[in-house]
Formats: sequence, C-alpha cells, structure tokens
Amino acid sequence: MTDISAQQTGGPQPTSKPEKPASARSAIWAQFRSHKGAVFGLAVLGFLVLAVLIGPWIWHPEKLSVAQAMKVRNQPPSLQFPLGTDQLGRDMLQRMMQAGKVSLAVGFVAMIIAITFGTLIGVLAGYFRRLDGPLMRMTDMFLALPLIPLLLVMVMLFRDDIARTMGPELGAFSLIVFAIGITSWMQAARIVRGEVLALKEREYVLAARSIGAAPHRIILRHILPNVVSPVMVAATLGVAEAIITESVLSFLGLGFPPDFPTWGRLLFDGLQYMQLYPERVIWPGLAISLTVLSVNYIGDGLRDALDPRIRGR
Amino acid sequence: MKLRTALLGAAAAFAMAPAAYAERGADGEVKLTFPQAVSIMNPYLSGGTKDIYASSMVLEPLAGLDPDGTLVPKLVTEIPTLENGGVSADLMSITWKLIPGLLWSDGTPVTADDAVFTAAYCMDPAGGCAQATKYDGVASVEAVDASTIKITFTAPKPNPYNTFVGALSPLLQKAQFAACQGAAAPTCTDQNSMPVGTGPFKVTGFTVNDTVSMEANPNYRDPAKPAFATAMIKGGGDAESSARAVMETGEFDYAWNTQIPPDSQAAMTAAGKGQFVVAFGTLVERIEMNTTDPSPDLPEGERATAKHPHPILSDIKVRTALSKAIDRSILVEVGYGAGGNPTCNVIPAPAAWASDNTGCLTQDIEGAKALLDEAGWTDTDGDGIRDKDGKKLSLLYQTTVNPIRQDFQALVKDWWSEIGVETELKAIDPGVFFGGDAGSPDTFQKFYADVEMYANNSDSPDPESYLGQYQCKNAPRPETQWQGENINRFCDPAYDAKFAELQKTTDLATRQTLAKQLNDMVTKDSMTVIPLVHRGTLSAHSNALGGVRINSWDSELWNVADWFRVK
Repeated sequence: MTDISAQQTGGPQPTSKPEKPASARSAIWAQFRSHKGAVFGLAVLGFLVLAVLIGPWIWHPEKLSVAQAMKVRNQPPSLQFPLGTDQLGRDMLQRMMQAGKVSLAVGFVAMIIAITFGTLIGVLAGYFRRLDGPLMRMTDMFLALPLIPLLLVMVMLFRDDIARTMGPELGAFSLIVFAIGITSWMQAARIVRGEVLALKEREYVLAARSIGAAPHRIILRHILPNVVSPVMVAATLGVAEAIITESVLSFLGLGFPPDFPTWGRLLFDGLQYMQLYPERVIWPGLAISLTVLSVNYIGDGLRDALDPRIRGR
Repeated sequence: MKLRTALLGAAAAFAMAPAAYAERGADGEVKLTFPQAVSIMNPYLSGGTKDIYASSMVLEPLAGLDPDGTLVPKLVTEIPTLENGGVSADLMSITWKLIPGLLWSDGTPVTADDAVFTAAYCMDPAGGCAQATKYDGVASVEAVDASTIKITFTAPKPNPYNTFVGALSPLLQKAQFAACQGAAAPTCTDQNSMPVGTGPFKVTGFTVNDTVSMEANPNYRDPAKPAFATAMIKGGGDAESSARAVMETGEFDYAWNTQIPPDSQAAMTAAGKGQFVVAFGTLVERIEMNTTDPSPDLPEGERATAKHPHPILSDIKVRTALSKAIDRSILVEVGYGAGGNPTCNVIPAPAAWASDNTGCLTQDIEGAKALLDEAGWTDTDGDGIRDKDGKKLSLLYQTTVNPIRQDFQALVKDWWSEIGVETELKAIDPGVFFGGDAGSPDTFQKFYADVEMYANNSDSPDPESYLGQYQCKNAPRPETQWQGENINRFCDPAYDAKFAELQKTTDLATRQTLAKQLNDMVTKDSMTVIPLVHRGTLSAHSNALGGVRINSWDSELWNVADWFRVK
C-alpha cells in the first residue's frame, strides 16, 4: 500500500487516453488513479490506518497517576497534548489511536465476514437453481429481522461464554465482529445472486460447461472474477456500516467493556461536554466521518476501475 | 388603538381589584420543565418521581415534611403526638384532626370519609396501588366524626407518620374516585389526569407525556396563595436541555432533575439567569461487595449464592484495602461538583441519624498495599498484579451505562491497579440492570460480578425499612426468584438481632443510636458496602422565581404555594 501511494504521488498525471497497459492490474490501477476522490480516499484511509498502527509507537505519553491526571483535566490542544485531554485527564490523541485500532479492526473484519458469507450465499443461490428458493427466502428472513434487537439478544446470550474462553476483550471483539458480520451479509448476497444469474447464461460459461467443466471450477474461474466489482462496492459500504453499528452497540453498553475505547464510545462520552469542549466530539466524529467517506470514495473508484466497460473510456 | 387602550385599562382594573384584598394569582404564570414528561396525575398509580412531584401541586397529604425532615401539618390543625394525645399510649393508633372548613377545589367540603376512602382505594388488592407500602401495618382507617380520622395499626408503630404523610400518600376525593376503586383504577382516565385536590393548583388541561396546565385553586385554604395565577409543567428533553431552558434561555422558571457535569454547571451558573439547588436526601452512590462467589464455573442456581463464599472478597482485609485506595473527593469533583459530597455512610442524612464515620475519606494507598500483603496477596510473578496460591487478584466491576459511572469505573480501576488489583469493567443498560428480570444474568440483584456500583436511598428520614434490607433473609437467591434488597448477601446474626431491636424501640434517641450502629456494621465494621458519594438531586430555578426551598424528604414542589415572582 505504501509504495503504491508513493508511486502515485510521484507518478505522471493520468491522461484521458492512457497508453496500452501492460497487465490487467496496472490497467485497473490506472483507471483507479483517474478517480480523484478515490485516490484522496485511499490516502486518507491509509493515513488513518498508519496512524492507529504506527502512531502508538511514536506517541506514547507516560501513564499519569490519578492525582497527576486530575491536574490536567479538560486541557485544550497543546504541545504536550496535541488533541487535548478528556474529563479524567487522559490524553485524547492516545485514546483516539487506541479507539481507532478497535473501530477499524471491527469495520474490516466484520466486512470480510459479511462479504465472504454474502458472496457464498449469493453464488450458491444464483448458480444452483434448487438452492435459490430456500437461500433467498432465508436472506429475506434475515432482512426482515430487526437488526438491533437481534444483536442485543446475541450479545446478551453469548457474551459471558465467549468472554470466559477468550478473555473479555478478545471475546467482545469476536462476538461483535461476528454479530455485525452475520447480520449484514444480505445485501451482498442479493447483489451477487443477481449478477450470477445473468453471468451463468453468458456464452463463455456455457462454453465451459459444454466442455465438461465442474461447477466449482466454473464458479471460481469464470463467475467469481466477474462479480468482484459489485462485491467490492458492497464491501466498502459494509466497512462504514460496521463501524457505525459498533458505535451503536457501545452506545447501548453492549459493545466493548467501558475501558476499551472505540470511536463510537469516545463520541458518546464527549456528548455531554459538547458545548464546553466541542473538540471532545469533533475528533472521534471527524475520524468516523473521514473513514466512512474515504471508504465510500474508494468503493466508487474501485467500481469504475474494476468494470471493464468503464475502464479505458 | 383606542379600543386596545380601553381593553388594557379594563384588564389592569381587573388585575388590580383582587390584589386589593389578596395576592392570589398576582404573579402570572410559573413554568416548570421536567426532563421526563408527566404521564399521570395520580401518585397511587405511578412509581415515577415526575408524576408524584407533579401531582403534589394538586393533591395533598394530611402532613408533609420540610427540608429538615420534620413534619409540617398541611390539612390538619396539628401533628398528633404522644404528648397531645393524638398518638395512643400503646402506639396502636393515631388520630388526625382536619382543619375546619377545608374545601376541595370543586367547592365541596373535605371530610374524614375522603381519607377512609383513600385508604380503601390504595389497600384494595385488585387496584395495584404503587404506594401500598405507605399503608403497611394499617388495620383500619375510620372516620370518628366528619373531621377526625383515626388510623389503627396491626402492631405497635414507633413511627406512625407514614400513612397520609408526604407526597406519596395524598388524599383523594371520594366523590370523584368512588367508581375507580380496585381493578377499575387505571381505567378512570379523567379522574387520574384531572384529580380534584386541596393543593394550591387545579388541573385545567393534561396532555399525557407532554404538558400539564394548571390554574390557582380558588378554594385554597390560604386566601393569599398561591401567588401565581397559572402553572404549567412541560415534559421531555434531557437534563442538559432543561437546565439550559432555565439557566441560559430563561424560558422556564424551574427545572427538576438537572444532573449535568460539574463543568457545565459552572458555565451555566455564570450566565447569571438562575441557580442550581441541591436536595441532599439519603441517595448514596456506593460500591457493593459480593460476599458470594459469582464464578461462571459454578452451576446456575448455586452461582452467587451463600453456598459458595467469595474466594477473594470474603477477607475483610481485601475489602478494606479496596476502600482505602479510593479518593472520594476526586470522584465528587469529577462527577457531581456541588451536587455531591464524599461519604462513608449508607445513611448520610438527616444529621441526627448519620453516623460520624469519616474514616474512609482520606485515601491511603500505602495502607491498602500493606493490608493486601498481610492478607497474603503478593505479586510473585512480577506482572504488577497480586496473586495468592496461583489465583490472581482480579475483580469484575459492573455498573450501568452512564457517563459519570464510567468515569468512576476508570478512576477506581486506576487506583486499584496502583495497589496491584486487576479490574475488568462492565457496563450494563440501566433498564436491564435495574429491571429485576430473574431470567437476565445482568440484574443488580443477581450480581454476577465481584463488585458493582449504583446508588440507593431511603424513602423516609427514618431509615428503619432501609436498614431492614441487610437482613439475611432479604438476600436475592434462586428461591426468591432473585428478588430481595440485600444485594451483598450480607448475613450477620448480630445485625439481624440489632435490627429487631430497632423495630421494637420507640424512643427517638435510642432509635438513632441503633440506626448508626447498624450503618456502621455494614460499612466501616465489615466493609461490605463501600459508600462513595452522598448525592443530591440537582434542580435549577430562575433568579426571577422566589420562595423555592428544595426538599428531599417530600416533593420538591412541597411549598409551591409559597413561590412568587421576584420583581
């Protein structure tokens, strides 16, 4: 990711008529680069990811005792505290980085689960006619389920057991990621099924079938590569949605333990100080908005880049 | 223009005329805002403080309590006592005398029959009366004559001032509610939203969960009161916006329950339009210690029951160390500001009932460490967490979702980590935590955690029933469907014996001494409860509103008849 962005900043500006690309990958990249919003989104997301991963190695203020922390409560941004401190004298920059690690991890892992599951269901339903009815009815059923109550029940039922085997933090993480993933695959499944239904009637698929290719080979070789573009778009939207759902859960007290900051929780905590210390809600709010926006733009760019009909035009 | 002037003149003349002989209604409208909207005006059918306070402007008990917790007569000529013969020598009955000539707001006379009816109304088993405890131990209520009410008890009552005292048990008008007794009680919508009362105001309009409009009661017993012609209670919003409506924009005169962070309190007070007032009752934010083992490895039904004592917290040295490590003044500063005081007592008020226990107020980290060393908890593997026999000194600390409580959790966790105790935090939705659902693992009664934090208070200045919570028999356990108020499963025969003594004692001074001893037994002697903050209820009133005397023993609006507009 890093050397690609380095190339991109130093590379030539994309022209309206690019030269004949050497490979599909570079063609996609060339098309992606031509989408300014997507490039910008990628840069912002890259920055955020780097900040939460590498940031704590660079910025690690020493832990203050409660008595010391009490003297630096509610500080505005300064050299010592670049983003200020909260109502308990904790460094906001450090908390933002810790919180970001959790929020981004939840977003990406939940998205991967949702996309994997959604694609699997979608491909199976679209390719095998006999499975279509049951699988799609199941999808409808999941869509009809009210999401938040379902999540609450899941968290309530399984939290203790999972926390016992995996520890409270990892337990909460796996449960939340799984809960969000398992309740947000439906859109992807529908999109993929629709795509697959159209694709499997195409000549090249018929040709593959006529020479006796096995279904799994046809799916992997001919169908999946062609549904990548809608899946990618659904995936990027999924990241944003997962981060927001996690915020909702934390807000309701059913997410992570209270000493385990996430952007959603920082926002919730800052709410009652909004008027006096607006930066307390601005930082986490900005981080969530930037992530969601940049991910959406990247999705937009990817859709254009991965669609051979748009690419090269 | 001419017409308008003429009308203004006429209006002025009308306004002046009543003022000539009385001040009633001279001050226009008083506007109150409650963060939770009023849903019913009958306190017998609601446990909500908002409803009880709102109805206290209309309905009145025989006697109320003033801010010091002393009784003040409302509908009666004097408070019955042993000395004046109002309370019988055997403590089996109390006799109240109504003020002569007392009228309901509809102009009909108030009689002892109304009191008899009110008692029957609330004591009807089919009625689901929310204030049934106010009629506990009452054998009968009779009308000796039209203005004399005699209450007979089933057993001697050292504290007979429970029934018809305070905003929780006001008088209802028999004529209005006669058809609403028993199962019909909740169906009487008109009566429940517009009760006829004796209070300074009467309801003129009521929108459920929104607004109550009132006007001065023309038959109020003091012809000069209330000073306001109309009153309005608007519900909804949150603590912050209600506080702002009084303190910054001045839209309202009074806001009830404006619990906001100390920084915001200071900023709003600086606006200069109003002030915060705090009613210190007996509300104490505390950490409760679980004396039983909540380990999830135990089978359901035995988990967190007296069968398995807590492996760590059964040692009083550990409990004392945990208390010593906490700096309560910092907690107050962070969470409540003017609305709280550090405390070591479960009964912090009234002063005559509060123990002089202040030992916990100074933080003592070194002392706490020494105690843990003594108890055999040492850090053998050098990871900063003490251990003993291979078991880590690690506690699960739960509370409700509430920004202040989460701050407290973070601070306490820091202090405990300084003395080598590892803390795992958990925050539970308040609806679930206080919901009392026996099927949920997250209720405060089930206490599937090592320590938990919440606030609790005594309903009356006399803490007898409150102290009764800590008897062995009140422990929540599977046999009681996990109901019970002895959250810690504290069980000490000496405590139960002393409590039985308190129940029998009539002499006030002895009662107070006993109550103090009982308080000490659960706090400093056993460290089963670690009180943190004595919390007040924060309300706000505009500087243009006079006469507010905040009260924590009765309705906050107990003296609304005396409120006036500051000019």
